[in-house]
Amino acid sequence: MQISFTLNGRPTTVDVEPATLVAELLREQLNLTGTHIGCDTSQCGACVVHLNGLPVKSCTLLAPALDGAALLTIEGLQGAPGSNEMHPMQESFREHHGLQCGFCTPGMLMTAVALAAEKPNLTEADVRHGLEGNICRCTGYQNIVVSVMAGAAAMNAAKGE
Amino acid sequence: MKPFAYHQPNQIPDAAKLLVSIEDSKLVAGGMTLIPTLKQRLASPVALVDLSKLGNLKGITDDGATITIGAMKPHAVVAASKLVQAKIPGLAALASMIGDPAVRNRGTIGGSVANNDPAADYPAGVLGLGATIVTSTREIVADKFFLGLFETALEPGEIITAIRFPVPIKAGYAKFKAPASRYALVGVFVAQFADGVRVAVTGAGSGVFRVPPMEAALWQNFDPSAIAAIKIDTDGLTSDIHAEADYRAHLVTVMAKRAVDAALS
Repeated sequence: MQISFTLNGRPTTVDVEPATLVAELLREQLNLTGTHIGCDTSQCGACVVHLNGLPVKSCTLLAPALDGAALLTIEGLQGAPGSNEMHPMQESFREHHGLQCGFCTPGMLMTAVALAAEKPNLTEADVRHGLEGNICRCTGYQNIVVSVMAGAAAMNAAKGE
Repeated sequence: MKPFAYHQPNQIPDAAKLLVSIEDSKLVAGGMTLIPTLKQRLASPVALVDLSKLGNLKGITDDGATITIGAMKPHAVVAASKLVQAKIPGLAALASMIGDPAVRNRGTIGGSVANNDPAADYPAGVLGLGATIVTSTREIVADKFFLGLFETALEPGEIITAIRFPVPIKAGYAKFKAPASRYALVGVFVAQFADGVRVAVTGAGSGVFRVPPMEAALWQNFDPSAIAAIKIDTDGLTSDIHAEADYRAHLVTVMAKRAVDAALS
């Protein structure tokens, strides 16, 4: 079947088998390999993307659900438009050592950006609860939480400018 | 996954017709259970009938003594609904505890109730509140809807369109969750009405069930202390890799007390 959607701001039309997962479509058909497949059972969150602005697990999303929708992947995260800068949340993960092996990071970032956008004044408890569906096996989460808090503050500051 | 055809009807009768006419077809709402099932090849339907284009399954309406939630409402929306928070805060709290944020953005109330997973949260809320399941053909009360492991009173081709919840005086939910899946190891929903108290348990057995001795005790005295001494029989409770039946039985009382506490807070 043919589906049309907006991918990181660009209109996209693809032919897919209905039994295609969005994570597979992104990685294998569209060559966007930033979205990772970790557990492949919708528990670990490495595959989180934004569907119409909301974080969802792309390993548990069928491609037909994209038809008419807007999809944002890790490749679409950016700083000031046209600037080639990193997104404030990405910058914060780098600054605060919010990753070690980096496998979970794309999903962490997508979840974190949505979390920060949804609630302006995040508490540490909000962040820990909000990251419940993203598993990291390296860091013990401490620096991830620090990164998300600082990244959220940076997003707020950028919005206020 | 094995290949399947994909249908996105716009009208409920069309969806029902597809479901009946295509042997081995399945409905898909948010897909949070169905897609993992397909991936593991525990099911291999020849066609999926997607309910997401049916426009009239997404409302939440205030009917005074009841509130009605459309079958396609995602958990995140129910959890954040000002109406649900105001009228049945225990139900909004339950929705906020399902899975994780990404799962709550996709999973729907109708899908959860139709699937009747023995460890799902919504069946406890639906049975605990004595809700009515509204389908494409009739209305079914919760006490007659949940028939056991993944089994419901739904007939072939019958589609849940909404769930109607009576507004209780007080209600609360507490669950002890399995840490990876976030399903309920045991979850208990407690609701106090003018004419009685209902207590519904999920996760502990092969399907959601009520606990009459706790209901009677809480009707006399709606306080955690009223049920502290009530023990649940381990007969019929689940023993698996996560917990033995006696541990689950113990958790039922603990979670029931916490649910009453939540209802009172």
